[in-house]
Amino acid sequence: MSCAVHARGLTYAYPDGTPALDDVTLHVGHGERVAVLGPNGAGKTTLMLHLNGLLRGRGELEVAGIAVERGELRELRARVGLVFQDPDDQLFMPNVRDDVAFGPLNLGLSPDEALARVHEALEAVRMAHAADRAPHQLSMGERRRVAIATVLAMRPRLLVLDEPSANLDPRARRELLEVLERIDRTMLVVTHDLPFAAELCERAIVLSGGRVVADDDCEAVLADPELLARHDLELPSGFDLARVGRRPHPGAVVV
Amino acid sequence: MTGLGLQLTGLAGDLAGPVHRLDPRAKILGLTTVTLVAVSAPIAAWPVHVACAAVLAAAAAAARVPARTIWRRARVVLPPVLFVAAFVPFFRAGGTAYALGPLTVSEAGLEVLAAVAAKAAIGTVSAVLLGATTSFPAVLRGLDALRVPHAFTLIAAVMYRYLFVIAEEAQRMRTALSARAYAPRHVLQAAPIGRAATALFLRSHGRGERVHRAMLARGYAGTMPELAPLRLRAADAAFVIGIAVLLVGVRLAIGASA
Repeated sequence: MSCAVHARGLTYAYPDGTPALDDVTLHVGHGERVAVLGPNGAGKTTLMLHLNGLLRGRGELEVAGIAVERGELRELRARVGLVFQDPDDQLFMPNVRDDVAFGPLNLGLSPDEALARVHEALEAVRMAHAADRAPHQLSMGERRRVAIATVLAMRPRLLVLDEPSANLDPRARRELLEVLERIDRTMLVVTHDLPFAAELCERAIVLSGGRVVADDDCEAVLADPELLARHDLELPSGFDLARVGRRPHPGAVVV
Repeated sequence: MTGLGLQLTGLAGDLAGPVHRLDPRAKILGLTTVTLVAVSAPIAAWPVHVACAAVLAAAAAAARVPARTIWRRARVVLPPVLFVAAFVPFFRAGGTAYALGPLTVSEAGLEVLAAVAAKAAIGTVSAVLLGATTSFPAVLRGLDALRVPHAFTLIAAVMYRYLFVIAEEAQRMRTALSARAYAPRHVLQAAPIGRAATALFLRSHGRGERVHRAMLARGYAGTMPELAPLRLRAADAAFVIGIAVLLVGVRLAIGASA
């Protein structure tokens, strides 16, 4: 079976010459949940934009069975769901239903099929009651969950979340964790909220200066304070890694 | 929420009523007909204006949009128009002249004022009724289906969606300026407002790029997909044809003889 993400020597510099990814090699198996940790400017978002072909770097990149440089972009975008950091960027339609239907309709589904997907996706993020509301009428946590639904409705094989816990109050953060824990998908979670990563992901990579500097079990990475400090990361003081309860995975891990 | 006065927009009246349920294209065409007939009729053909007003009143009654709502929304638009028209009687000569203290008012000028006021009121109330019975996204879909260029309706749709977001950003910047004791007293102190506007523009531009990226990530290929295609029913045709036949008939009968 192919990997969900297979990157070898991926290198990218922004048009102004700023290097963002430097020889990134990363393999993610189907069903894995991987936290992508790193300080601001480490290249986390750049990596995420490569995963569905929004940016193209040098090197090898195969995502969900499609080689990005040659692949059919529409199919790639159907298989890889990106959830952006600011839900206001992601929710651009006048109401939640139209927004969640946007992706499925672009995939060529009929309106009836799209509506079924909308229902299923909103149900999965516990937002089925809000289908008729406008995005600006939702709280930040609700917007984030709807943003995830917009992507789930496309039934992606790989879900990539950029800073999912940013700007959430503790309760919204807890609700989001509960929703994500139940979603049976390969997941890449880009974050610097280390406790969030610890609760959700079994594996963590640390990206720093565009390079992968660590790739291990989430516990092993987070239990290495020197590694974290070297890359401007730290656990909240008093945080006890041993007491983190991670829920059992809904799906089997196949590497 | 923002202090944008957005309660002045949006649906009003009986949301499940016969007018609200009409196809947006029918409402756009019908209410545009009312406006065009009113604008094209000379003031001497005043019964045409009365007929237009009667059609609007009937539509408002059927939609159960209260007169108070119409008035509250219309008065935002009307004063600027009437303000300009109010000067006409003083400057336009013709017909009997009336002395009004040191000023003179001409009969021809008064006629122009009456004509402008009638046309402006009918045009404004038509637009208010369209807005009260049709959601903004539905109006845009109607315009799209009526072959208004897609770029125009897409820009309007995105602007509508981000109005709140950008207004909130502007509000936060204003708060940030006041928090650091910015209270301009004369025009030379306006520079920070210019800089804030620049920052707001750049942020909006950046957001535009991010939104576009988010659209591409979900398979956007240049056209907005539709969940429920518009369908014209008998009631829609009846609405448009009824209004058109009635008003164009009145216009031709009275406009020709006046």
